Amino acid sequence: MTTDTDSTGGDVRLTGISKTYGSFTAVHPLDLTIPQGSFFALLGASGCGKTTTLRMIAGLEDPTTGTVRLGGRDVTDLPPYKRPVNTVFQSYALFPHLSIYENVAFGLRRRGVKSVRKQVGEMLDLVQLGDRAQQRPHQLSGGQQQRVAVARALINHPQVLLLDEPLGALDLKLRRQMQLELKRIQTEVGITFVHVTHDQEEAMTMADQVAVMNGGRVEQLGAPADLYENPGTTFVANFLGTSNLITAGIVESSAEDLVVSAGGGKLKLPAARCRAATAPGGSLLVGVRPEKISLAHADDAAGIPEGRNRITGRITASSFIGVSTQYVVDGPAGSGLQVYEQNVERDSRLAPGAEVVLHWNPAHTFGLDAGQAIDAGTQKVEDAA
Amino acid sequence: MVLLGWIRRRLVVFAGLLTLAYLILPNVVVMVFSFNDPAGRFNYAWREFSTAAWRDPCGVADMCGSLALSLQIAAWATLGATVLGTMIAFALVRYRFRARGAINSLIFLPMAMPEVVMAASLLTLFLNLGAQLGFWTVLIAHIMFCLSFVVTAVKARVMSMDPRLEEAARDLYAGPVQTFLRVTLPIAAPGIAAGALLAFALSFDDFIITNFNAGSTVTFPMFVWGSAQRGTPVQINVIGTAMFAIAVLVVVAGQLLARRRDRATQP
Amino acid sequence: MTGTATVEKDPPPLTTAPTADQVRKPPTRRRLVPYWLLLPGILWLVVFFALPLVYQASTSVQTGSLEQGFEVTWHFATYWDALAEYYPQYVRSLLYAGTATVLCLLLGYPLAYLIAFKAGRWRNLVLVLVIAPFFTSFLIRTLAWKTILADGGAVVGALDALHVLDVTDWLGWTQGDRVLATPMAVVCGLTYNFLPFMILPLYTSLERIDGRLHEAARDLYASPATTFRKVTFPLSMPGVVSGTLLTFIPASGDYVNAELLGSTDTKMVGNVIQSQFLRVLDYPTAAALSFILMAVVLIMVTVYIRRAGTEDLV
Repeated sequence: MTTDTDSTGGDVRLTGISKTYGSFTAVHPLDLTIPQGSFFALLGASGCGKTTTLRMIAGLEDPTTGTVRLGGRDVTDLPPYKRPVNTVFQSYALFPHLSIYENVAFGLRRRGVKSVRKQVGEMLDLVQLGDRAQQRPHQLSGGQQQRVAVARALINHPQVLLLDEPLGALDLKLRRQMQLELKRIQTEVGITFVHVTHDQEEAMTMADQVAVMNGGRVEQLGAPADLYENPGTTFVANFLGTSNLITAGIVESSAEDLVVSAGGGKLKLPAARCRAATAPGGSLLVGVRPEKISLAHADDAAGIPEGRNRITGRITASSFIGVSTQYVVDGPAGSGLQVYEQNVERDSRLAPGAEVVLHWNPAHTFGLDAGQAIDAGTQKVEDAA
Repeated sequence: MVLLGWIRRRLVVFAGLLTLAYLILPNVVVMVFSFNDPAGRFNYAWREFSTAAWRDPCGVADMCGSLALSLQIAAWATLGATVLGTMIAFALVRYRFRARGAINSLIFLPMAMPEVVMAASLLTLFLNLGAQLGFWTVLIAHIMFCLSFVVTAVKARVMSMDPRLEEAARDLYAGPVQTFLRVTLPIAAPGIAAGALLAFALSFDDFIITNFNAGSTVTFPMFVWGSAQRGTPVQINVIGTAMFAIAVLVVVAGQLLARRRDRATQP
Repeated sequence: MTGTATVEKDPPPLTTAPTADQVRKPPTRRRLVPYWLLLPGILWLVVFFALPLVYQASTSVQTGSLEQGFEVTWHFATYWDALAEYYPQYVRSLLYAGTATVLCLLLGYPLAYLIAFKAGRWRNLVLVLVIAPFFTSFLIRTLAWKTILADGGAVVGALDALHVLDVTDWLGWTQGDRVLATPMAVVCGLTYNFLPFMILPLYTSLERIDGRLHEAARDLYASPATTFRKVTFPLSMPGVVSGTLLTFIPASGDYVNAELLGSTDTKMVGNVIQSQFLRVLDYPTAAALSFILMAVVLIMVTVYIRRAGTEDLV
């Protein structure tokens, strides 16, 4: 974290900010700087503190400790109506008693702008709702309401636009469409967007930077691809996409590579991708993404090139997805291992019950501290509901 | 047998309609007897058709005066109970504070108490304080018993209101006063209106509490009560029928208006 | 983008619970808002509802006369005397109010059910018809029952012809060929007056029931009667409870129906309290009577809510 507060322009800077309700800590003291003009996502499961963090930036929640700065100016004690920040609320919070036109004009009128007609018209055109101006919110579809909510916030030219699960109420197809739409608008207006979501795909599609939150803390922060390829904790490894995590013992370590043993076999990984102590004799969680793994029938094991990591196992389930087939493999190294195979040339022998060899490039392997729960961040049935 | 089965399947409908008839019958009688020309002082038996009472509704001494007084008391009681009750409802829904349970009981109890108990105890208070019974004691009593009903009505509406709407207003540069006037009040308005209507009806039609605390002041229900002893003029039925008709007209007009507005804003 | 986001987890000085001077408290003014909102209304209820009950309790243990004034002498005998003299009126009040409540439930339930599930596009009209009688003063409507139940009128004639009056006479509900000035007339008036207070809460809770629940019950082999018994009625319990309370409580203290439709033999406790307070001017006895009524009703209501809450509602 940098300390020169004056050179930060329009950054959002949170310093030691926390929120407790009685004995419950929603957000642990947190330092975070969101650069001006970026599309920033706060990602996490419900109750992880992401919405509370957003609301503290908006001023709707008073932080228990810490300060909020916008472009170097301390706004911690300013009420929401005095902050140059606007919010797109979860389920939109459109005023039901006002027309679409008046909803969009609300912020301008409160700031004493006399002639709002031109601005409101332009803003409604931007979100393609010019012909709906005189209708009430309940007469619009979910996607249209969402665009009104964005227009209502953006018309005020805030320094920062906060979006609280803005797409949560939309169906999958519309959500995809709106993700691109929001990204387009952000690029066009150049305003900092802070986006709260529980949908990892949404965060990765839209954001330049993603902060993964868990239990009131930021687990990891970085660009989407970086987070995906180099997860720092089991939570991030499991919450962003799917990871195969295998408990292994360290056998050898050098400056470049580590050799570990798992389920009787040996695996290699780059030392640079290991986030834990690497002394031989210690243990490690070895991870690899399902799409990085190739699957070969045990009879063809001889044909696998040298130097690749390999694990043996037996297919317990397979499901055909269209572009790929997903396999679940149990073996001595671990059970429930996932493998995604592109459907290019399908091997008909790869069916449940078949003995197989999983192999992948050691460079795609990462190592995590074995002291954490191996299933942190996996989607439970009740979460997905 | 077929007929019996048909009736049996619609038993609920028949029973319901019978109840409805039971509810409406007295109003029909009141209306019919507003055109009666009774033989004696009491208007209980039919003699012959006459529109005399309708042509001279205020022809009975003091009746229209008592009606005006009742309307006046009801208006002030509605205003008082609605303002105080709305404030309480907002405090109960929107804030956390001490003694919440005690305050909830204090609001619930007046509705769970026979009216005659409240009437009698309030009278002992006024007697002990040496207060002059009349307009003011009646008004005080009416605000008291209407208050709980307003709180209940407004609370229900405010509770179902999305708190994010007010947050959105504050986020969009509306200060506390602007937020209340532009967002909170318009959205809570139906609940407040329902509470106010209820308060007006309760106050206007109240007899027992008024009977105890009015002294020699005569409201319209007090006038009707007195006339049940002295003789019931036909004009009472005229007033009853007219108010019924006006209320139904207002409801129907409101419905039609709402429907027209809905249609006007349809895409 | 002009820079990269940075994060630092758990800055060392703040890992433990925040100390007092770091914690921000909302300004005092904002914390007082609810109290200012509550103050006027609650004060009104304290002074004009709670305080009078205290005064009434005090009056009930006073002795004296109008001329010499009353004084607190802790004369609890007033309670026993009042109970001894007026227990028939108490019994009658509870009996009449209880009967009227049961009748209201029996009459009101089908109508509430009709509005909620069968009325279709007539729903609003029927609802208006239920509420509309309110707009005519209830005293005027109660007086109309004098006409409806008049001696030799159509209703009495029909009941007489069907020999219903013979049965009710034998039960002591009516007298000879008269309905007016009998217990039946009073109960009939009470039932009529408080019926809407039963129908509206019943309708509200019935209307909330998801129609698909009926289909689900039918799908799971329940006959219409079983569906009603096992699904509809249990789900309407909140309405039944508040409806019976809204009917029983005011009916138990009512004296208008007994006065207008009854006779001296049908006086309820409300009539006694009213005449003691406003005509006899025996304030201690009147206060004691009123206090006993309040206690009886509150105890019955509490027990009823407990039972309904723990057994029937589950």
